[in-house]
Amino acid sequence: MNGPLLSVRGLTVRYGAIEALHGIDLDVPEGRIVTLIGSNGAGKTTTLRTISGLLRASAGSVAFAGEEIGELAPHEIVKRGVVQAPEGRGIFPNMSVDENLALGAFTRSDSAGIAADRERSLALFPRLRERLSQSAGTLSGGEQQMLAIARALLARPRLLLLDEPSLGLAPQVVATIFRIVREINAAGTTILLVEQNARMALSVSHVGCVLEVGRIVLRDEASALAKSDSVRRAYLGGE
Amino acid sequence: MEARPGPSAAVTALRGVLPFLVGAFASLLLHFVVAPASGPFATKLVMDAGINVILAVSLNLVNGFTGQFSIGHAGFMAVGGYTAGLVTYYGSMLLWGSPAAHGGFLGGGELLFLAACLAGAAVAALAGLLVGLPSLRLRGDYLAIVTLGFGEILRVLLQRTGDVLPTAAEVRRTPLPELATHVGGALGFTGIPFYTSPFWVGIFVTVMLVVAYRLKSGSHGRSFLAIREDEVAAEAMGIPTTRVKVTAFVLSALFAGLAGGLFAHLVGTTLNPRELGFQKSFDVVIMVVLGGMGSISGAAIAAVILTLLPELLRSFSEYRMILYAALLVVVMIVRPQGLLGLGEIWDVWRPRRKGTGR
Repeated sequence: MNGPLLSVRGLTVRYGAIEALHGIDLDVPEGRIVTLIGSNGAGKTTTLRTISGLLRASAGSVAFAGEEIGELAPHEIVKRGVVQAPEGRGIFPNMSVDENLALGAFTRSDSAGIAADRERSLALFPRLRERLSQSAGTLSGGEQQMLAIARALLARPRLLLLDEPSLGLAPQVVATIFRIVREINAAGTTILLVEQNARMALSVSHVGCVLEVGRIVLRDEASALAKSDSVRRAYLGGE
Repeated sequence: MEARPGPSAAVTALRGVLPFLVGAFASLLLHFVVAPASGPFATKLVMDAGINVILAVSLNLVNGFTGQFSIGHAGFMAVGGYTAGLVTYYGSMLLWGSPAAHGGFLGGGELLFLAACLAGAAVAALAGLLVGLPSLRLRGDYLAIVTLGFGEILRVLLQRTGDVLPTAAEVRRTPLPELATHVGGALGFTGIPFYTSPFWVGIFVTVMLVVAYRLKSGSHGRSFLAIREDEVAAEAMGIPTTRVKVTAFVLSALFAGLAGGLFAHLVGTTLNPRELGFQKSFDVVIMVVLGGMGSISGAAIAAVILTLLPELLRSFSEYRMILYAALLVVVMIVRPQGLLGLGEIWDVWRPRRKGTGR
């Protein structure tokens, strides 16, 4: 395929009178991990939620695999292969881990394929296998995050949207999750990752973009960004 | 979920029909053995309880499973009841010249009654679609406001209808669509034949319980519950939330209409706008909240208790609403999830799976 898998042009989003995104351009090439870093309130989550259809853009376009998806309902977007693991995990706390996983495959009806993907997800997150019948609300924070990602994988995404997977987790757990994110990508899933933990995000990504108050101000190879002075100063706590 | 040999087709088919067979058998037993032995008063109570079970379990599809808040259930009951009453009363007039019950068990009259109940359910479902479609696109309390308004508008409209036509000759003279405006006004729709029997109540309760249980244990029900748990996450998983909410609402209205049909043809009740007002809607909400939002058996048990309780406390009947309100407050403090929460009564005996009902 020529052209990026996801192509966002001039994306503008408003909350009432306040404009949160001022015309963002973003490309996610197939097979890569692209990360969007930025501080609180820069518009990272807004960007993801607009791509997945949970928010409506006031202007601009979102094209996935060459098709305009900006006007589609969220469930239509999921069917096309763009799946979000929501921020704050968004798991169903009173349901078992197994039921949560089953809901991930809601849009699919190929039971053999679902069973295979379920196995694949559980192989990535062995911790979840031990807790299949436990209610999801009783999992630890890290396990809930794992569940959110595993559940999203059951929708068989071509593009996986990850919203702050490191939020509120211990460094050890964050490292595990990012290792698995790489594995998911290596198995062929394109990933758009939104993170405050810039160091971790840039270390696993191919391309990085820096979002500042609703605008993308920098875009480069992730390794180059990690070395750039301004990024080091603003986001990596470097001297 | 590991690959295990599936049951044979015959076993699956039997398992599908079995609940209905058991329900039909129990209904027949109730009708021909239990009811005659226990007298008309107890029989009437059993039928009241059955109708309330249908109302509570159907409202639970919306207020319990899907986590929305409807407080106009009596409105859909009224739509179903008046529609069914129209069919049997005026249908009997046209067919047999008199509104009196016609034929015996499963005779012509009862078949007309069955058709009337189904028609009532269908019209109630349509009303559910009209009310649900605009209000369920939004999140939050809009549904409560709209359903409340719907019930009140319906009550006022029904109060302004004309008298019931008493003779077959008059009925024959009146064009069919106009008959729908002769449902008795504020005095109520009197003269509807009494077809509702323990058998029919038993059958419809069975259908309601089986449908609710299949829903809850299947993937459709899981999508209902997902919306209740976290609507945004449900949307992100690809669940078409508006469509699912409207489906739950229409199904709920359909069964309320069915209950209305049974209510309309019950001995000792008159179908009048007052009876099916806000008070009735609120009674059903209390049953669902008491029994446990999302628990089928909980709603059913609460419905039975709240049918029998006023009878036991007849002498305090003026204080009924005070008692209910107090009961509700106590439950909210002691057990905010209701008697059974999301779980079912049989989970209490089984080693509890942690996934359900905290």
